[in-house]
Amino acid sequence: MTALGVRGLEKRFGGLRVTAEVSLSVEPGERRLIIGPNGAGKTTLFNLITGELRPDGGSVTLFDRDITGVASRRRTHLGIARTYQIITLFQGETLLRNITLSLLGLSPLRWNPFVRLAKRDGLVAQARATLARVGLDDLADRPLAQTSYGERRRAEIAMALAQNPKVLLLDEPFAGLSIEERRDVLRLVNEIPRNVTIVMIEHDMDVALDFAERITVLHFGKVVVEGTRGEVVAHPRTKEIYLGE
Amino acid sequence: MRRLAAIVALVILATLPLWVSGTYYVNIASQVLFYAIFALGVNVLAGHAGLVTLGHAGLFGIAAYAAAKIMNAGYGHLSVATGALVVTLMAAGIFAVLALRGTGLGFVMITVALGQIVWGVAYRWISLTNGDNGITITGRPSPLGLSLTTPTRFYWATLIVFVVAVVSMAIFVASPFGASVRGTRDQPRRMNALGYHVWMIRFLAFLFSAFWSGVAGLLYLYYNQFVSPQAVALTASAEALLMVIAGGSATLLGPIAGAGLVVVMKNVASAYIERWNFVLGAIFVAIVVFMPEGLVPGVARLARRARGR
Repeated sequence: MTALGVRGLEKRFGGLRVTAEVSLSVEPGERRLIIGPNGAGKTTLFNLITGELRPDGGSVTLFDRDITGVASRRRTHLGIARTYQIITLFQGETLLRNITLSLLGLSPLRWNPFVRLAKRDGLVAQARATLARVGLDDLADRPLAQTSYGERRRAEIAMALAQNPKVLLLDEPFAGLSIEERRDVLRLVNEIPRNVTIVMIEHDMDVALDFAERITVLHFGKVVVEGTRGEVVAHPRTKEIYLGE
Repeated sequence: MRRLAAIVALVILATLPLWVSGTYYVNIASQVLFYAIFALGVNVLAGHAGLVTLGHAGLFGIAAYAAAKIMNAGYGHLSVATGALVVTLMAAGIFAVLALRGTGLGFVMITVALGQIVWGVAYRWISLTNGDNGITITGRPSPLGLSLTTPTRFYWATLIVFVVAVVSMAIFVASPFGASVRGTRDQPRRMNALGYHVWMIRFLAFLFSAFWSGVAGLLYLYYNQFVSPQAVALTASAEALLMVIAGGSATLLGPIAGAGLVVVMKNVASAYIERWNFVLGAIFVAIVVFMPEGLVPGVARLARRARGR
Protein backbone atom coordinates (compact mmCIF):
# COMPACT_ATOMS: atom_id res chain seq x y z
CA MET A 1 0.00 0.00 0.00
CA THR A 2 1.16 3.55 -0.71
CA ALA A 3 0.13 6.46 1.47
CA LEU A 4 0.35 8.95 -1.33
CA GLY A 5 0.52 7.98 -4.98
CA VAL A 6 0.96 10.30 -7.92
CA ARG A 7 0.85 8.88 -11.42
CA GLY A 8 1.69 10.66 -14.64
CA LEU A 9 0.62 14.04 -13.30
CA GLU A 10 0.47 16.86 -15.85
CA LYS A 11 -0.09 20.57 -15.46
CA ARG A 12 0.32 23.31 -18.03
CA PHE A 13 0.09 27.05 -17.51
CA GLY A 14 -0.43 28.21 -21.06
CA GLY A 15 2.47 26.81 -23.04
CA LEU A 16 4.54 26.13 -19.94
CA ARG A 17 4.61 22.55 -18.73
CA VAL A 18 4.97 23.08 -14.98
CA THR A 19 4.40 19.46 -14.08
CA ALA A 20 5.41 16.85 -16.63
CA GLU A 21 4.51 13.21 -16.10
CA VAL A 22 5.42 13.30 -12.43
CA SER A 23 5.02 9.99 -10.62
CA LEU A 24 5.66 9.45 -6.95
CA SER A 25 4.92 6.68 -4.53
CA VAL A 26 5.25 7.48 -0.84
CA GLU A 27 5.02 4.62 1.67
CA PRO A 28 3.02 4.98 4.91
CA GLY A 29 5.17 6.62 7.57
CA GLU A 30 7.82 7.63 5.08
CA ARG A 31 9.74 10.91 5.24
CA ARG A 32 10.07 12.16 1.70
CA LEU A 33 11.96 15.21 0.61
CA ILE A 34 11.29 16.93 -2.68
CA ILE A 35 14.03 19.27 -3.76
CA GLY A 36 14.70 21.27 -6.85
CA PRO A 37 15.70 24.76 -7.90
CA ASN A 38 13.30 27.69 -8.14
CA GLY A 39 10.59 27.08 -10.68
CA ALA A 40 11.01 23.30 -10.66
CA GLY A 41 7.28 22.90 -9.99
CA LYS A 42 7.46 21.83 -6.37
CA THR A 43 4.66 23.97 -4.99
CA THR A 44 2.54 23.28 -8.07
CA LEU A 45 2.91 19.58 -7.31
CA PHE A 46 1.58 20.21 -3.79
CA ASN A 47 -1.30 22.24 -5.17
CA LEU A 48 -2.15 19.33 -7.46
CA ILE A 49 -1.98 16.84 -4.60
CA THR A 50 -4.24 18.95 -2.36
CA GLY A 51 -6.59 19.72 -5.23
CA GLU A 52 -6.11 23.48 -5.15
CA LEU A 53 -5.16 23.07 -8.82
CA ARG A 54 -6.80 20.70 -11.26
CA PRO A 55 -4.33 18.54 -13.18
CA ASP A 56 -4.44 18.33 -16.99
CA GLY A 57 -3.72 14.63 -16.75
CA GLY A 58 -2.70 11.86 -14.41
CA SER A 59 -4.03 10.78 -11.04
CA VAL A 60 -3.53 11.20 -7.29
CA THR A 61 -4.25 8.43 -4.81
CA LEU A 62 -4.49 8.52 -1.02
CA PHE A 63 -4.03 5.10 0.57
CA ASP A 64 -4.81 3.56 -2.82
CA ARG A 65 -8.05 5.50 -3.18
CA ASP A 66 -8.25 7.66 -6.28
CA ILE A 67 -8.87 11.25 -5.15
CA THR A 68 -8.15 13.02 -8.45
CA GLY A 69 -11.78 14.15 -8.76
CA VAL A 70 -12.32 14.87 -5.06
CA ALA A 71 -12.79 18.53 -4.10
CA SER A 72 -9.88 20.13 -2.33
CA ARG A 73 -11.71 20.69 0.96
CA ARG A 74 -12.87 17.04 1.00
CA ARG A 75 -9.26 15.84 0.69
CA THR A 76 -8.58 17.64 3.97
CA HIS A 77 -11.33 15.59 5.56
CA LEU A 78 -9.73 12.44 4.11
CA GLY A 79 -6.47 13.19 5.92
CA ILE A 80 -4.28 15.48 3.84
CA ALA A 81 -2.97 18.61 5.53
CA ARG A 82 -0.51 21.14 4.19
CA THR A 83 1.48 24.18 5.17
CA TYR A 84 2.21 27.13 2.93
CA GLN A 85 5.54 28.48 1.83
CA ILE A 86 4.12 31.98 2.19
CA ILE A 87 2.66 32.11 5.68
CA THR A 88 -1.10 32.01 5.40
CA LEU A 89 -2.53 32.67 8.84
CA PHE A 90 -5.39 34.75 10.22
CA GLN A 91 -3.72 38.07 10.85
CA GLY A 92 -6.32 39.64 13.10
CA GLU A 93 -6.73 36.66 15.43
CA THR A 94 -4.75 35.20 18.32
CA LEU A 95 -2.56 32.13 17.87
CA LEU A 96 -5.13 30.13 19.81
CA ARG A 97 -7.94 31.24 17.53
CA ASN A 98 -5.85 30.38 14.48
CA ILE A 99 -5.41 26.81 15.67
CA THR A 100 -9.04 26.63 16.78
CA LEU A 101 -10.10 27.54 13.24
CA SER A 102 -7.97 24.70 11.96
CA LEU A 103 -9.62 22.22 14.34
CA LEU A 104 -13.04 23.62 13.52
CA GLY A 105 -12.50 22.93 9.82
CA LEU A 106 -12.90 19.20 10.41
CA SER A 107 -15.72 19.51 12.93
CA PRO A 108 -19.43 19.72 12.10
CA LEU A 109 -19.50 22.48 14.70
CA ARG A 110 -18.22 24.88 12.03
CA TRP A 111 -21.79 25.31 10.78
CA ASN A 112 -23.22 26.07 14.23
CA PRO A 113 -24.42 29.69 14.57
CA PHE A 114 -25.88 29.34 18.09
CA VAL A 115 -23.16 28.40 20.60
CA ARG A 116 -20.18 30.43 21.79
CA LEU A 117 -16.97 29.26 20.16
CA ALA A 118 -14.87 30.51 23.07
CA LYS A 119 -16.90 28.31 25.43
CA ARG A 120 -16.19 25.09 23.52
CA ASP A 121 -13.71 23.95 26.17
CA GLY A 122 -12.79 20.70 24.46
CA LEU A 123 -11.88 22.42 21.23
CA VAL A 124 -9.97 25.20 22.97
CA ALA A 125 -8.02 22.71 25.12
CA GLN A 126 -7.13 20.74 21.99
CA ALA A 127 -5.90 23.93 20.34
CA ARG A 128 -3.74 24.74 23.37
CA ALA A 129 -2.31 21.22 23.32
CA THR A 130 -1.41 21.63 19.65
CA LEU A 131 0.34 24.91 20.39
CA ALA A 132 2.26 23.16 23.16
CA ARG A 133 3.53 20.63 20.60
CA VAL A 134 5.24 23.42 18.70
CA GLY A 135 6.30 25.25 21.87
CA LEU A 136 3.94 28.19 21.46
CA ASP A 137 1.57 27.53 24.38
CA ASP A 138 2.92 30.55 26.28
CA LEU A 139 1.89 32.83 23.43
CA ALA A 140 -1.54 31.28 22.87
CA ASP A 141 -3.51 34.44 23.59
CA ARG A 142 -1.20 36.78 21.73
CA PRO A 143 -2.54 38.34 18.52
CA LEU A 144 -0.74 37.00 15.50
CA ALA A 145 0.35 40.51 14.54
CA GLN A 146 2.53 40.58 17.68
CA THR A 147 4.42 37.36 17.00
CA SER A 148 7.79 36.94 15.35
CA TYR A 149 8.33 35.40 11.92
CA GLY A 150 9.84 32.26 13.44
CA GLU A 151 6.85 31.84 15.72
CA ARG A 152 4.53 32.16 12.76
CA ARG A 153 6.44 29.47 10.90
CA ARG A 154 5.84 27.12 13.81
CA ALA A 155 2.20 28.20 14.02
CA GLU A 156 1.91 27.39 10.32
CA ILE A 157 3.00 23.83 11.09
CA ALA A 158 0.68 23.69 14.11
CA MET A 159 -2.25 24.55 11.83
CA ALA A 160 -1.59 21.37 9.87
CA LEU A 161 -0.77 19.23 12.93
CA ALA A 162 -4.03 20.26 14.60
CA GLN A 163 -5.92 18.39 11.92
CA ASN A 164 -4.20 15.15 12.84
CA PRO A 165 -3.42 14.34 9.22
CA LYS A 166 -2.41 11.01 7.75
CA VAL A 167 -0.35 12.71 5.08
CA LEU A 168 1.37 15.98 5.91
CA LEU A 169 2.72 18.22 3.16
CA LEU A 170 5.28 20.78 4.34
CA ASP A 171 6.06 23.52 1.84
CA GLU A 172 9.47 25.00 2.69
CA PRO A 173 8.97 25.03 6.45
CA PHE A 174 12.46 26.49 6.97
CA ALA A 175 12.06 29.42 4.59
CA GLY A 176 13.40 32.64 6.04
CA LEU A 177 14.49 31.15 9.36
CA SER A 178 17.80 31.56 11.17
CA ILE A 179 20.00 28.52 11.72
CA GLU A 180 18.82 28.22 15.30
CA GLU A 181 15.18 28.47 14.35
CA ARG A 182 15.70 25.89 11.62
CA ARG A 183 17.03 23.49 14.19
CA ASP A 184 13.92 24.07 16.33
CA VAL A 185 11.60 23.43 13.42
CA LEU A 186 13.55 20.33 12.36
CA ARG A 187 13.28 18.94 15.90
CA LEU A 188 9.58 19.65 15.80
CA VAL A 189 9.17 17.82 12.51
CA ASN A 190 11.24 14.89 13.76
CA GLU A 191 8.95 14.56 16.77
CA ILE A 192 5.90 13.93 14.57
CA PRO A 193 4.92 10.29 15.10
CA ARG A 194 5.39 7.68 12.40
CA ASN A 195 1.71 7.19 11.71
CA VAL A 196 1.96 10.49 9.82
CA THR A 197 3.48 10.33 6.37
CA ILE A 198 5.44 13.47 5.62
CA VAL A 199 6.36 15.00 2.28
CA MET A 200 8.53 18.08 2.53
CA ILE A 201 9.52 20.56 -0.13
CA GLU A 202 12.78 22.30 0.43
CA HIS A 203 14.70 24.65 -1.71
CA ASP A 204 17.82 24.46 0.38
CA MET A 205 19.16 20.93 0.44
CA ASP A 206 21.49 21.21 3.44
CA VAL A 207 18.84 21.83 6.09
CA ALA A 208 16.40 19.15 5.20
CA LEU A 209 18.82 16.41 4.37
CA ASP A 210 18.84 14.98 7.89
CA PHE A 211 15.08 14.63 7.74
CA ALA A 212 14.78 12.70 4.50
CA GLU A 213 14.71 8.98 3.94
CA ARG A 214 14.04 9.21 0.28
CA ILE A 215 14.58 12.21 -1.92
CA THR A 216 12.97 13.23 -5.18
CA VAL A 217 14.70 15.85 -7.31
CA LEU A 218 12.44 17.91 -9.53
CA HIS A 219 13.77 19.98 -12.40
CA PHE A 220 11.64 21.85 -14.95
CA GLY A 221 8.58 19.92 -13.80
CA LYS A 222 10.16 16.50 -14.24
CA VAL A 223 11.42 13.94 -11.76
CA VAL A 224 15.12 13.83 -12.50
CA VAL A 225 16.48 11.67 -9.72
CA GLU A 226 14.82 9.62 -7.03
CA GLY A 227 16.29 7.35 -4.40
CA THR A 228 17.59 7.11 -0.87
CA ARG A 229 19.42 10.01 0.64
CA GLY A 230 22.82 8.58 -0.16
CA GLU A 231 21.93 7.68 -3.72
CA VAL A 232 20.52 11.09 -4.54
CA VAL A 233 23.33 13.03 -2.95
CA ALA A 234 25.90 11.00 -4.86
CA HIS A 235 24.03 11.19 -8.15
CA PRO A 236 25.81 13.27 -10.81
CA ARG A 237 22.55 14.86 -12.03
CA THR A 238 21.85 16.25 -8.53
CA LYS A 239 25.26 17.89 -8.48
CA GLU A 240 24.72 19.23 -11.94
CA ILE A 241 21.40 20.83 -11.07
CA TYR A 242 22.56 22.19 -7.77
CA LEU A 243 26.07 23.23 -8.60
CA GLY A 244 25.61 23.93 -12.28
CA GLU A 245 28.49 21.70 -13.24
CA MET B 1 -19.60 46.46 32.71
CA ARG B 2 -20.71 45.66 29.18
CA ARG B 3 -23.88 44.08 30.47
CA LEU B 4 -24.55 47.19 32.56
CA ALA B 5 -24.04 49.41 29.52
CA ALA B 6 -26.42 47.25 27.50
CA ILE B 7 -29.09 47.47 30.22
CA VAL B 8 -28.71 51.25 30.50
CA ALA B 9 -28.95 51.58 26.70
CA LEU B 10 -32.03 49.39 26.64
CA VAL B 11 -33.72 51.39 29.41
CA ILE B 12 -33.00 54.64 27.58
CA LEU B 13 -34.36 53.26 24.32
CA ALA B 14 -37.43 51.73 25.93
CA THR B 15 -38.39 54.93 27.77
CA LEU B 16 -37.52 57.22 24.87
CA PRO B 17 -41.12 58.04 23.91
CA LEU B 18 -41.79 59.09 27.53
CA TRP B 19 -39.16 61.81 27.69
CA VAL B 20 -38.93 62.86 24.06
CA SER B 21 -41.47 65.51 23.28
CA GLY B 22 -43.55 65.12 20.18
CA THR B 23 -44.32 62.24 17.89
CA TYR B 24 -41.96 63.63 15.27
CA TYR B 25 -38.89 62.53 17.18
CA VAL B 26 -40.46 59.20 18.14
CA ASN B 27 -40.99 58.55 14.45
CA ILE B 28 -37.38 59.43 13.71
CA ALA B 29 -36.29 57.03 16.42
CA SER B 30 -38.37 54.29 14.76
CA GLN B 31 -36.62 55.05 11.48
CA VAL B 32 -33.23 54.85 13.12
CA LEU B 33 -34.13 51.44 14.53
CA PHE B 34 -35.30 49.82 11.32
CA TYR B 35 -32.47 51.32 9.30
CA ALA B 36 -30.13 49.99 11.99
CA ILE B 37 -31.60 46.52 11.44
CA PHE B 38 -30.96 46.96 7.71
CA ALA B 39 -27.37 48.10 8.35
CA LEU B 40 -26.78 45.15 10.69
CA GLY B 41 -27.91 42.87 7.89
CA VAL B 42 -25.62 44.54 5.35
CA ASN B 43 -22.79 44.35 7.90
CA VAL B 44 -22.97 40.54 7.93
CA LEU B 45 -21.86 40.55 4.31
CA ALA B 46 -19.85 43.75 3.97
CA GLY B 47 -18.23 43.55 7.39
CA HIS B 48 -17.93 39.95 8.48
CA ALA B 49 -17.85 38.13 5.14
CA GLY B 50 -15.85 40.86 3.39
CA LEU B 51 -18.33 40.88 0.50
CA VAL B 52 -19.21 44.49 -0.20
CA THR B 53 -22.76 44.69 -1.48
CA LEU B 54 -24.38 47.57 -3.30
CA GLY B 55 -27.61 45.77 -4.04
CA HIS B 56 -29.16 45.16 -0.67
CA ALA B 57 -31.78 47.86 -1.07
CA GLY B 58 -33.11 45.48 -3.72
CA LEU B 59 -33.74 42.84 -1.05
CA PHE B 60 -35.04 45.45 1.39
CA GLY B 61 -37.41 46.61 -1.32
CA ILE B 62 -38.45 43.12 -2.42
CA ALA B 63 -39.59 42.49 1.15
CA ALA B 64 -41.52 45.77 1.19
CA TYR B 65 -43.11 45.24 -2.24
CA ALA B 66 -43.94 41.60 -1.55
CA ALA B 67 -45.55 42.54 1.75
CA ALA B 68 -47.55 45.34 0.09
CA LYS B 69 -48.78 43.03 -2.66
CA ILE B 70 -49.74 40.26 -0.25
CA MET B 71 -51.48 42.72 2.04
CA ASN B 72 -53.45 44.38 -0.74
CA ALA B 73 -54.51 40.92 -1.89
CA GLY B 74 -56.37 40.74 1.40
CA TYR B 75 -54.22 38.47 3.55
CA GLY B 76 -53.60 38.87 7.28
CA HIS B 77 -50.47 40.35 8.77
CA LEU B 78 -48.95 37.00 9.72
CA SER B 79 -49.16 35.84 6.10
CA VAL B 80 -47.83 39.21 4.98
CA ALA B 81 -44.75 38.97 7.18
CA THR B 82 -43.93 35.32 6.49
CA GLY B 83 -44.75 35.63 2.79
CA ALA B 84 -42.57 38.71 2.39
CA LEU B 85 -39.64 37.09 4.17
CA VAL B 86 -39.94 33.86 2.20
CA VAL B 87 -39.99 35.82 -1.08
CA THR B 88 -36.99 37.85 0.10
CA LEU B 89 -35.01 34.75 1.02
CA MET B 90 -35.78 33.10 -2.31
CA ALA B 91 -34.70 36.23 -4.15
CA ALA B 92 -31.60 36.37 -1.96
CA GLY B 93 -30.80 32.78 -2.87
CA ILE B 94 -30.83 33.71 -6.56
CA PHE B 95 -28.87 36.91 -5.86
CA ALA B 96 -26.27 34.94 -3.91
CA VAL B 97 -25.80 32.24 -6.54
CA LEU B 98 -25.19 34.91 -9.17
CA ALA B 99 -23.15 37.34 -7.08
CA LEU B 100 -20.93 34.68 -5.49
CA ARG B 101 -19.47 33.87 -8.88
CA GLY B 102 -17.17 36.74 -8.05
CA THR B 103 -15.48 38.22 -5.03
CA GLY B 104 -14.14 41.72 -4.50
CA LEU B 105 -15.04 44.10 -7.31
CA GLY B 106 -16.79 41.38 -9.30
CA PHE B 107 -19.14 40.76 -6.41
CA VAL B 108 -19.83 44.48 -6.00
CA MET B 109 -20.66 44.90 -9.68
CA ILE B 110 -23.02 41.94 -9.78
CA THR B 111 -24.87 43.20 -6.70
CA VAL B 112 -25.18 46.63 -8.33
CA ALA B 113 -26.64 45.01 -11.42
CA LEU B 114 -29.08 42.89 -9.41
CA GLY B 115 -30.17 45.91 -7.39
CA GLN B 116 -30.75 47.86 -10.60
CA ILE B 117 -32.86 45.03 -12.01
CA VAL B 118 -35.10 45.25 -8.96
CA TRP B 119 -35.25 49.01 -9.38
CA GLY B 120 -36.12 48.57 -13.06
CA VAL B 121 -38.95 46.21 -12.21
CA ALA B 122 -40.23 48.57 -9.52
CA TYR B 123 -40.10 51.53 -11.87
CA ARG B 124 -41.18 50.03 -15.18
CA TRP B 125 -43.29 46.93 -14.56
CA ILE B 126 -46.29 49.10 -13.81
CA SER B 127 -48.89 46.33 -13.76
CA LEU B 128 -46.96 44.64 -10.96
CA THR B 129 -45.48 47.51 -8.98
CA ASN B 130 -47.56 50.54 -10.00
CA GLY B 131 -44.35 52.15 -11.25
CA ASP B 132 -43.30 55.52 -9.96
CA ASN B 133 -46.54 55.96 -8.02
CA GLY B 134 -45.65 53.10 -5.73
CA ILE B 135 -48.00 50.97 -3.66
CA THR B 136 -49.97 52.26 -0.72
CA ILE B 137 -51.20 50.03 2.09
CA THR B 138 -53.52 50.81 4.95
CA GLY B 139 -53.13 49.48 8.44
CA ARG B 140 -50.49 48.09 10.69
CA PRO B 141 -50.63 44.75 12.47
CA SER B 142 -52.03 44.40 15.99
CA PRO B 143 -49.94 41.71 17.68
CA LEU B 144 -51.70 40.36 20.81
CA GLY B 145 -54.54 42.75 20.16
CA LEU B 146 -52.34 45.84 20.54
CA SER B 147 -52.75 48.19 17.64
CA LEU B 148 -49.53 49.71 16.34
CA THR B 149 -51.11 52.70 14.72
CA THR B 150 -49.74 55.23 17.18
CA PRO B 151 -46.10 56.29 16.68
CA THR B 152 -45.20 55.28 20.24
CA ARG B 153 -46.60 51.77 19.97
CA PHE B 154 -44.96 51.31 16.58
CA TYR B 155 -41.68 52.48 18.06
CA TRP B 156 -41.86 49.90 20.83
CA ALA B 157 -42.70 47.11 18.41
CA THR B 158 -39.75 48.15 16.23
CA LEU B 159 -37.55 48.27 19.32
CA ILE B 160 -38.45 44.66 20.17
CA VAL B 161 -37.55 43.51 16.66
CA PHE B 162 -34.37 45.58 16.84
CA VAL B 163 -33.33 43.96 20.13
CA VAL B 164 -33.91 40.51 18.64
CA ALA B 165 -31.76 41.51 15.65
CA VAL B 166 -28.94 42.79 17.88
CA VAL B 167 -29.01 39.66 20.04
CA SER B 168 -29.00 37.42 16.96
CA MET B 169 -25.97 39.35 15.65
CA ALA B 170 -24.13 39.04 18.96
CA ILE B 171 -24.75 35.28 19.02
CA PHE B 172 -23.75 34.91 15.36
CA VAL B 173 -20.51 36.86 15.82
CA ALA B 174 -19.35 34.73 18.77
CA SER B 175 -20.43 31.43 17.21
CA PRO B 176 -18.29 28.92 15.33
CA PHE B 177 -20.20 29.81 12.17
CA GLY B 178 -19.40 33.48 12.71
CA ALA B 179 -15.72 32.55 12.98
CA SER B 180 -16.06 30.53 9.77
CA VAL B 181 -17.53 33.54 7.98
CA ARG B 182 -14.73 35.86 9.11
CA GLY B 183 -12.21 33.20 8.17
CA THR B 184 -13.48 33.15 4.59
CA ARG B 185 -13.05 36.94 4.52
CA ASP B 186 -9.45 36.88 5.80
CA GLN B 187 -7.99 33.74 4.20
CA PRO B 188 -10.41 32.06 1.79
CA ARG B 189 -7.72 29.83 0.33
CA ARG B 190 -6.55 28.61 3.71
CA MET B 191 -10.14 28.08 4.82
CA ASN B 192 -10.70 25.81 1.84
CA ALA B 193 -7.51 23.93 2.63
CA LEU B 194 -8.65 23.54 6.25
CA GLY B 195 -11.77 21.74 5.04
CA TYR B 196 -14.33 24.56 4.99
CA HIS B 197 -16.88 24.90 2.20
CA VAL B 198 -16.10 28.54 1.46
CA TRP B 199 -18.88 29.03 -1.08
CA MET B 200 -21.57 27.54 1.15
CA ILE B 201 -20.44 29.63 4.13
CA ARG B 202 -20.73 32.77 2.03
CA PHE B 203 -24.09 31.66 0.67
CA LEU B 204 -25.51 31.15 4.16
CA ALA B 205 -24.07 34.47 5.32
CA PHE B 206 -25.83 36.08 2.35
CA LEU B 207 -29.16 34.57 3.40
CA PHE B 208 -28.70 35.67 7.01
CA SER B 209 -27.89 39.15 5.80
CA ALA B 210 -30.90 39.14 3.48
CA PHE B 211 -33.22 37.97 6.25
CA TRP B 212 -32.58 41.04 8.40
CA SER B 213 -32.64 43.33 5.36
CA GLY B 214 -36.06 41.87 4.61
CA VAL B 215 -37.25 42.41 8.17
CA ALA B 216 -36.11 46.02 7.91
CA GLY B 217 -37.94 46.38 4.59
CA LEU B 218 -41.11 45.05 6.18
CA LEU B 219 -40.87 47.56 9.04
CA TYR B 220 -40.17 50.30 6.49
CA LEU B 221 -43.41 49.46 4.69
CA TYR B 222 -45.46 49.37 7.87
CA TYR B 223 -43.91 52.63 8.99
CA ASN B 224 -44.49 54.54 5.74
CA GLN B 225 -47.62 52.66 4.63
CA PHE B 226 -46.12 53.12 1.20
CA VAL B 227 -43.32 51.80 -0.99
CA SER B 228 -41.99 53.26 -4.22
CA PRO B 229 -38.94 52.72 -6.48
CA GLN B 230 -37.06 55.21 -4.30
CA ALA B 231 -36.71 52.49 -1.66
CA VAL B 232 -34.81 50.19 -4.02
CA ALA B 233 -32.67 52.81 -5.75
CA LEU B 234 -28.90 52.47 -5.90
CA THR B 235 -28.58 55.41 -3.54
CA ALA B 236 -30.52 53.46 -0.91
CA SER B 237 -28.02 50.58 -1.19
CA ALA B 238 -25.13 53.01 -1.01
CA GLU B 239 -26.64 54.67 2.03
CA ALA B 240 -26.88 51.34 3.85
CA LEU B 241 -23.27 50.59 3.01
CA LEU B 242 -22.26 54.07 4.21
CA MET B 243 -24.01 53.42 7.52
CA VAL B 244 -21.90 50.29 7.97
CA ILE B 245 -18.61 51.87 6.92
CA ALA B 246 -19.15 55.16 8.78
CA GLY B 247 -20.17 53.42 11.96
CA GLY B 248 -17.53 50.71 11.81
CA SER B 249 -17.83 47.55 9.76
CA ALA B 250 -17.65 44.11 11.40
CA THR B 251 -18.64 45.64 14.74
CA LEU B 252 -21.95 45.25 16.53
CA LEU B 253 -22.56 48.89 17.42
CA GLY B 254 -21.03 50.46 14.31
CA PRO B 255 -23.93 49.88 11.89
CA ILE B 256 -26.37 51.09 14.55
CA ALA B 257 -24.42 54.30 15.09
CA GLY B 258 -24.11 54.72 11.32
CA ALA B 259 -27.85 54.31 10.85
CA GLY B 260 -28.45 56.87 13.60
CA LEU B 261 -26.09 59.33 11.95
CA VAL B 262 -27.60 59.04 8.47
CA VAL B 263 -31.24 59.11 9.54
CA VAL B 264 -30.75 62.01 11.94
CA MET B 265 -28.83 64.01 9.35
CA LYS B 266 -31.48 63.31 6.75
CA ASN B 267 -34.41 64.32 8.91
CA VAL B 268 -33.23 66.69 11.60
CA ALA B 269 -30.38 68.55 9.97
CA SER B 270 -32.36 69.05 6.77
CA ALA B 271 -34.84 71.14 8.78
CA TYR B 272 -32.11 73.64 9.61
CA ILE B 273 -29.68 73.40 6.74
CA GLU B 274 -30.90 73.34 3.21
CA ARG B 275 -27.75 71.65 1.90
CA TRP B 276 -27.86 68.85 4.47
CA ASN B 277 -26.40 66.43 1.92
CA PHE B 278 -23.29 68.59 1.93
CA VAL B 279 -23.06 68.31 5.72
CA LEU B 280 -23.50 64.54 5.58
CA GLY B 281 -20.77 64.32 2.95
CA ALA B 282 -18.45 66.49 5.05
CA ILE B 283 -19.07 64.24 8.06
CA PHE B 284 -18.22 61.14 6.02
CA VAL B 285 -15.03 62.74 4.79
CA ALA B 286 -14.12 63.64 8.37
CA ILE B 287 -14.78 60.06 9.50
CA VAL B 288 -12.67 58.62 6.71
CA VAL B 289 -9.81 61.01 7.47
CA PHE B 290 -9.80 60.85 11.26
CA MET B 291 -11.36 57.46 11.98
CA PRO B 292 -10.87 55.25 8.91
CA GLU B 293 -11.99 52.24 10.95
CA GLY B 294 -15.37 53.89 11.56
CA LEU B 295 -17.10 55.93 14.24
CA VAL B 296 -17.48 53.29 16.96
CA PRO B 297 -13.97 51.75 16.83
CA GLY B 298 -12.54 55.24 16.32
CA VAL B 299 -14.21 56.68 19.41
CA ALA B 300 -13.17 53.60 21.39
CA ARG B 301 -9.58 54.18 20.31
CA LEU B 302 -9.69 57.85 21.33
CA ALA B 303 -11.24 56.91 24.68
CA ARG B 304 -8.48 54.38 25.31
CA ARG B 305 -5.86 56.96 24.49
CA ALA B 306 -7.49 59.54 26.77
CA ARG B 307 -7.59 57.03 29.62
CA GLY B 308 -3.99 56.03 29.02
CA ARG B 309 -2.80 59.59 29.51
